[in-house]
Amino acid sequence: MKIHEYQGKEIFKSYGIPIQDGHIFEKIEDAQSTINKVQEEFNTEAVVVKAQIHAGGRGKGGGVKFSPTTEAALENSKNMLGMNLITHQTGPEGQQVKKIYITQALDIKKEFYCAITLDRAKNKDVFMVSSEGGVEIEEVAKTMPEKIIKVWIDPLVGMKSFHAQKLALGLGITGNAYKETLKLFMNVYACYMGTDASIVEINPLVLTTDEKIVALDAKFNFDGNALFRHKDIADLRDTDEEDSTELEASKFNLNYIKLDGNVGCMVNGAGLAMATMDIIKLAGGEPANFLDVGGAASADTVKNGFKIILSDKNVKAILINIFGGIVRCDRVANGVINAVKDLGLKVPVVVRLEGTNADEAKDILSEAGLDIIPANDMKDAARKVVDAATKN
Amino acid sequence: MSILVDKDSKVVVQGITGSEGTFHSKQMIDYGTNIVAGVTPGKGGLDAVDGKVPVFNTVEEAVKETNANVSIIFVPPPFAADAIIEASAAEVKLVVCITEGVPVHDMLKAKRIIDQNRTRLIGPNCPGIITVDECKLGIMPGFICKKGEIGVLSKSGTLTYEAIGQLVNVGLGQTTAIGIGGDPIIGTTMIEVLELFEKDNKTEGVVLIGEIGGQMENEAAQWIKNNMSKPVVGFIAGQTAPPGRRMGHAGAIVSGGNDTADAKMKIMKDCGISVCESVAEIGKKMQEALNK
Repeated sequence: MKIHEYQGKEIFKSYGIPIQDGHIFEKIEDAQSTINKVQEEFNTEAVVVKAQIHAGGRGKGGGVKFSPTTEAALENSKNMLGMNLITHQTGPEGQQVKKIYITQALDIKKEFYCAITLDRAKNKDVFMVSSEGGVEIEEVAKTMPEKIIKVWIDPLVGMKSFHAQKLALGLGITGNAYKETLKLFMNVYACYMGTDASIVEINPLVLTTDEKIVALDAKFNFDGNALFRHKDIADLRDTDEEDSTELEASKFNLNYIKLDGNVGCMVNGAGLAMATMDIIKLAGGEPANFLDVGGAASADTVKNGFKIILSDKNVKAILINIFGGIVRCDRVANGVINAVKDLGLKVPVVVRLEGTNADEAKDILSEAGLDIIPANDMKDAARKVVDAATKN
Repeated sequence: MSILVDKDSKVVVQGITGSEGTFHSKQMIDYGTNIVAGVTPGKGGLDAVDGKVPVFNTVEEAVKETNANVSIIFVPPPFAADAIIEASAAEVKLVVCITEGVPVHDMLKAKRIIDQNRTRLIGPNCPGIITVDECKLGIMPGFICKKGEIGVLSKSGTLTYEAIGQLVNVGLGQTTAIGIGGDPIIGTTMIEVLELFEKDNKTEGVVLIGEIGGQMENEAAQWIKNNMSKPVVGFIAGQTAPPGRRMGHAGAIVSGGNDTADAKMKIMKDCGISVCESVAEIGKKMQEALNK
C-alpha cells in the first residue's frame, strides 16, 4: 500500500527524521491561508507547491513548483489543483491532483538518494545511498553503479552504527552534518522496521547551505500482509488513487488487475492466472485482466468475478480456467450457471474445468443448455476464446 | 526413491484444530500420509480429525511423544513465522508452511533462524510437497498424480497441478512434486530442490515452473547449466504482466533488470533448458526431452 508524501512526512516526524515541512489543502479557497501559514511558520516568503499523487516523477511532470512569491504560489496552486498529472509512473491517462502540499523552501547545497528495501537474493534488507540524488535511481544503477553505496542488515541484529557510518562517509558528509546524518539513517531504519514498510525512499535527501540534513520527499510502500498490526497506516489509504474496478474486486476478496485487452479471464491461482493471460496472447488475443479467484472459489466468487469482468466494457469474451484442487469443479460449474442466469450472457463464455469433479462439472454445464463453449485444455480454451472475441 | 518426504515421514500438523488444518489433515490421512500429532496451544490432550490424531500444546512436546520429524503449518498469517521458529527450535528437520500472507519482516527473521538451525523450510504460501503414493504434505489434489519418473518444481500451486495433469496425459508419472511458494522470502530455493532431484536416482527429468519477479529462476538456470545431468523443461508465467504491478503472489512483480518473463526465458534457453513458450507445451516438451 502506498501513501502520499505529506502522510509519509508525518510518519518521518514521529521517528525524529528532519523533513521539509508544510501544510496541505484540498480546496482552492484554502490556498491563500495555507500558503500564508507556511510562510509565517517557517519565516520565508518562498514556498514549494507540491502535487500529492502516489506516482513518482512528479517534478518532471510539472507537479512540483518552487514559488518565490505569494502570487507565484497561488498561481501554481490554481494550475496544479485538479490537473491531470502525467508522469512516467502514472501511465498516459495520468492521475488527477486532489491535494496540494505547500512546504517551506530550503537552500540546497547537495542532493542525495536514500532508500531501504528488501534484497530478495540475500534475504536481508539493504540500505542504499547515493551522491546522485534527485534523479532516477534506476538510471544511476545502470550508468554509475559505483555511485550507489549499500549495506545489508542482519534481520536479527538490526542496523548498527558502523552501517550508518559507512553510508554517511560514502556520501562524503563531514563536519556538523555528520552526526545528524548518522542519526537520520538510524531513524529511517527504525521507521522502516516499525511500519512494516517494503520500501522507504527519500529522493532527494538534502544537505542545506546551513549544514542541515533534511528529507525533501518521503516515499513509502507498506507490506499489505502486515497492515493488520498497523491500523493507523491502513487508515492512510487513499482509494482515489486506485482503479475503481480493482477496488470493487478487493471487497469481494478477488485479486483483479485491469489490463488493456478484450479477453476477460477468471482463473484459480496466481501462477495459472498469469499463464492463462500469456496463452491468450499467444493465441493472438489480448488479455483484459488478471483475475485470481483464489483457492476457495465458490458459486458466489464466480458470480462476483463475472460482474467485475463485465464491468470492463472492452471485454468481448470470457475464459474461465479452473484447475480444481480444493476447489470442486461442480461447484464452479453451478456458479457459472447461476451467474449467467442472473447477469445474462452478454459475451461468449469459454469454460475449461480440470481436476476435482471435472467430469460432473462438464455434465452439469452441458445439461444446463446454456450457450457456454466447453474446452478440453488450455490451448483449446485460448483458441476458442480468442476466436469468440474476434467474432463478437 | 523420492525427495524430502516418503512413507516413513512422521508428520505433526501445526494448527490442526483450525478449519483449514482439520480439512487438509483429513485429506492427507486419506492419501496415506502418516500424521502422528497435531499442535494447537491450549488444546493439548484433545484429539483432532475424528479422534485420529492426538493434540499437543507445543511442537516440542509432540516431537518428544511421537518422534514426529516433519511439520506442516496451517496457522493464520500473524502467527505463522512464530510457528516456523517453534518447529525449528524443536529440531524438526523439514517444515512446510502453507499459510498465505505472512508479513515479510517476520519471514526475514524466521529465515535467519532456520538457516542457522539447518531446518529445511518449504514455503510459505505454497501448495506443499507430494511424493506420489507415499506422502502428501500439502493441499494439492493427490488423485491427479501418477507414480513415475519426473520431478516437478514450481512457485505456483495450480500451475503445479497443470504441469502434473499434462505429464499424466502424455503418460509420464512423477517422483515428487513440490511448490516452493510465491513470496519474496521463501525457505527453499529452486537450486536446493534441483540438487535433490539431481541426486535422486528415480527422477529422470525435471519440470521447472517459475514466474516474473526476483532472480531465482536465473540462478537456477546457471546451476542447471553447470551441474545438472538430467533434462529440464522450463516455463515462466507472466509474459503479459505489466511492470510494477503485483500479480497475486507477493513476489510476482517486475521491478526491472532480469526479472521479466522474457529475460528469464532467454537465460534459461541459453543455459540449455528446454523452455516452453506456451504453458500447454509442458507435457509434450518433457516427453521430447526424455527421448533425446
